[in-house]
Amino acid sequence: MANDPIHQFRLHDLAGPVNIAGYEISFTNSALFMGIIVVTITGILLLAARKGALVPGRLQSVGEMWYSLVDNMVKNVLGEEGKAFFPLVFSLFSFVLVANMIGMFPYFFTVTSHVIVTVSLALFVVCLVVVVGITKHGLGWFKLFVPHGVPLAILPVISIIEIISFLSRPISLGLRLFGNMLAGHIVLKVFAGFVVSLGALGGIGILGAIAPMFMAVALTALEFLVAFLQAFVFAILTCVYLNDALHPSH
Amino acid sequence: MATTTTETTEAPGGESKFPPLDVKSFPSQLFWLVIFFAALYLLMGRLVLPKLAAILSARKGQIDGDLARASALKDETEAAVKHYEKALFDARAKATDIGRDTRAKVSAEIDAEQATLDGALSKKIKDAEAKVAKAKAKAMESVESIAGESAADIVASLTGGKTLKTAVAKAIASVKR
Repeated sequence: MANDPIHQFRLHDLAGPVNIAGYEISFTNSALFMGIIVVTITGILLLAARKGALVPGRLQSVGEMWYSLVDNMVKNVLGEEGKAFFPLVFSLFSFVLVANMIGMFPYFFTVTSHVIVTVSLALFVVCLVVVVGITKHGLGWFKLFVPHGVPLAILPVISIIEIISFLSRPISLGLRLFGNMLAGHIVLKVFAGFVVSLGALGGIGILGAIAPMFMAVALTALEFLVAFLQAFVFAILTCVYLNDALHPSH
Repeated sequence: MATTTTETTEAPGGESKFPPLDVKSFPSQLFWLVIFFAALYLLMGRLVLPKLAAILSARKGQIDGDLARASALKDETEAAVKHYEKALFDARAKATDIGRDTRAKVSAEIDAEQATLDGALSKKIKDAEAKVAKAKAKAMESVESIAGESAADIVASLTGGKTLKTAVAKAIASVKR
């Protein structure tokens, strides 16, 4: 079982089954780690902001860089009107980032390796885009799907393509994150599993375990990069999509 | 109850179900995701982000204030330097004026002194010249009479007779001429 690369994605009930309206909503290890994520983010940032020094220390610098990264992203993509979305984008970025990073610890559960979590977040973003777009621009927002300067003859085709691309956004946004985290963790586990099973053979097996060992180390570094990058990509795509809600005319 | 648990978490009869795609686990994950993400959003929006924003804006305010003060001080310095330079220029001009005035006054005094001195000297020289001329005339007169007497004496000793004073005087006058 230790070598099963899928085992790490299993959910376990931690507080017994709880049912509401026929749905099981037990407190699982996934839920526990979601809680850990929230506590970690809040804890780190509150600690960072504790002193509020004029010349920041190390932890405060981290907090300020974290804040500025998202702040600049929102300002650059959405402009001044996007200020209202800053807490949301910050929460999304932080949640995904810390979920990915916590998932890098052995035996820890990776919340973002479950498709329901990532696609839910992505669906939420796209639904928000629709709601904000319609409340801000009324039905005129649907001009988003009718680009300017396109000949009338091919306009229906273009509009259908635009609509399809819009509808596929939550899927691409959610599945990208899900797929990256899932595949990364499986590959890591597979290579680490090689090391263990080859090493258990002794002799030549130990020699043969050297290559997957280095591979696992290299992949770990890569996965840390991916963990950050996917959080960043998720946040910046959220901004780009929200920009469609605020400024529908391309 | 037991069946639902085992189905969502550890499917009995093998590992047939791929956990991330196990639909039975979706309600639970969705439920807790909503709760925890809402909690995170509220914590960030109400508690954490305002604190960080306050720190950053305080720093920005401090830096801007310092820069404004620095530029104000720089302007002040420049004004002081300008003032100083003007004062220095004025002082220099004044010093030049004073020097010129003094020089003119002193040279006028020197000229006046020189003029009086020159007058006195030339008068003295004239007096002295007059005196010398008088003395010379007198000396010439006495030379004539001495010459007459000596000439008469010489003639008397040579001839053993008396000489006419008038003849001697005539002879001297012709020699002198």
